[in-house]
Amino acid sequence: MEFLLITLLNGVTYGLLLFMLSSGLTLIFSMMGILNFAHASFYMLGAYLAFQVGARLGFWPALLVAPLLVGALGAAVERLGVRKAHRFGHVAELLFTFGLSFLVEELVQLVWGKAAVDYRVPPSLDGAAFTLFRTSFPLYKGFMMAVSLAMLLGLYLAITRTRVGLVIRASLTRPEMVQALGHDVPRVFTLVFGSGAALAALAGVIAGNAYVTEPGMAAAMGPIVFVVVVVGGLGSLGGAFLASLLIGVLQTFMVASDFSVVDLARRLGLGVPDAPALARLSLTQLAPIMPYLLMVAVLIFRPRGLMGARET
Amino acid sequence: MLEVNDLHAFYGKSHVLHGVHLSVGAGEIVALLGRNGVGRSTTVKAVMGQVTATGSVRFQGREILGLKAHQIARRGLGWVPEDRAIFQDLTVRQNLELGLKGKRESARWGMKDVFALFPQLEQRADTPAGVLSGGEQQMLTLCRTLMGDPQLVMIDEPTEGLAPKIVEQVGAFLGEIARRGVAVLLVEQKLDIALDISRRLYVMGHGRIVFQGTPQELRGNDAVRKEWLEV
Repeated sequence: MEFLLITLLNGVTYGLLLFMLSSGLTLIFSMMGILNFAHASFYMLGAYLAFQVGARLGFWPALLVAPLLVGALGAAVERLGVRKAHRFGHVAELLFTFGLSFLVEELVQLVWGKAAVDYRVPPSLDGAAFTLFRTSFPLYKGFMMAVSLAMLLGLYLAITRTRVGLVIRASLTRPEMVQALGHDVPRVFTLVFGSGAALAALAGVIAGNAYVTEPGMAAAMGPIVFVVVVVGGLGSLGGAFLASLLIGVLQTFMVASDFSVVDLARRLGLGVPDAPALARLSLTQLAPIMPYLLMVAVLIFRPRGLMGARET
Repeated sequence: MLEVNDLHAFYGKSHVLHGVHLSVGAGEIVALLGRNGVGRSTTVKAVMGQVTATGSVRFQGREILGLKAHQIARRGLGWVPEDRAIFQDLTVRQNLELGLKGKRESARWGMKDVFALFPQLEQRADTPAGVLSGGEQQMLTLCRTLMGDPQLVMIDEPTEGLAPKIVEQVGAFLGEIARRGVAVLLVEQKLDIALDISRRLYVMGHGRIVFQGTPQELRGNDAVRKEWLEV
């Protein structure tokens, strides 16, 4: 029971983190049709900048400064790079963001080195939040959850209660019409791109010290975030939210469990005399490929995703 | 008010408009007729900045060709596309709010005027626009554009796929728009409604204007109707 609860909490924390990353990506993807390969790079930059700023000013200012810096960088990237590449079609855009992700990775290695940096949880947030029977739940995980939930609420209010939010929602499906009604859609694109980058950076700030801040962190996170967007469905923030939680919780449970598919079948009373090797792997070993299996299944059985409004 | 001169447009390598000339005066209803694929929609899209084109488009005396769509809209040009482009997931009220260019409603067209003209829209104000009938969606897209208080609206095939009774309602509405001083450029395939409500008509063929005149002149010109309009 305690295993279940703690693992669920861990899964939800990870899921909310995934949503913080994928919300920007899904908005950018559905509004502008841009598959932003560099999105996870903003996540990495968030973590590194928080480490750097935090060393000077402390963790709390870094929590604010790093996302703002990365958000401004994201807006500049859209304005000066993506918008120019856009004129030459999707391939140019794709190559641009793809190249940018390599550029960021190389730059990070140049500045901070190839090894992980010592970005730590601040002492004030170290320790256990509460102890359930004999398992403790770290205070910092609780903090991550609180930041994620605050972000979720803020995003929800911004999208549903403001005029810019209304313009963004309309632009998800018919950007050319929104512009023909007199709204400066290119400026809204820049705003969304910048905000998406800032959210990714915020995720980096709060996850970089909980996990590890190293040059490979963008490449490790990038594909999973794409899976979230595809599974959730294009143009659907709600879908991205659902997919984030689903993948977060599912993967955390798989990592935490130590039996295989065969064990599971046996426990259900199914005799499996000579099971294939794949089925004999433990769920923990299968956890890393679970998101991709889920994506393939969704693409086969429900191509528009869990809550997607359209297929392409 | 709107003067289009020698407008050329291309889709990739195909030359779609071959020097279109037309004009619309203040408060006038002008129809742009022709069969499918002759370039009527492209003309309207080019004026609205949705298609790249060369030539000249002057609106209220100033050149607008080359401006971005939102800048053109802010100058006072409205566009109602053929496919209506309703924001399906948003409510009727939100669709109308998106028609506003600033935060405030104009004196000429507000939510109240729209609801007074089309009580159905008020009854369904908080339902998603995607569930409205085709006729209601047409009313919604027209009203959405009017909320931005345009001086001229370009309306692409508003009666396509609508029942005769609704077509009549649309016709009456266009008359009402013009009475309030808004000029209308009506792209149509149905000759009847165009002849009924417009002051002048243009007929397009192969990317050019092949006829211009009054409804009487077009009624009397069998040759043009046979060659360019009747199927």
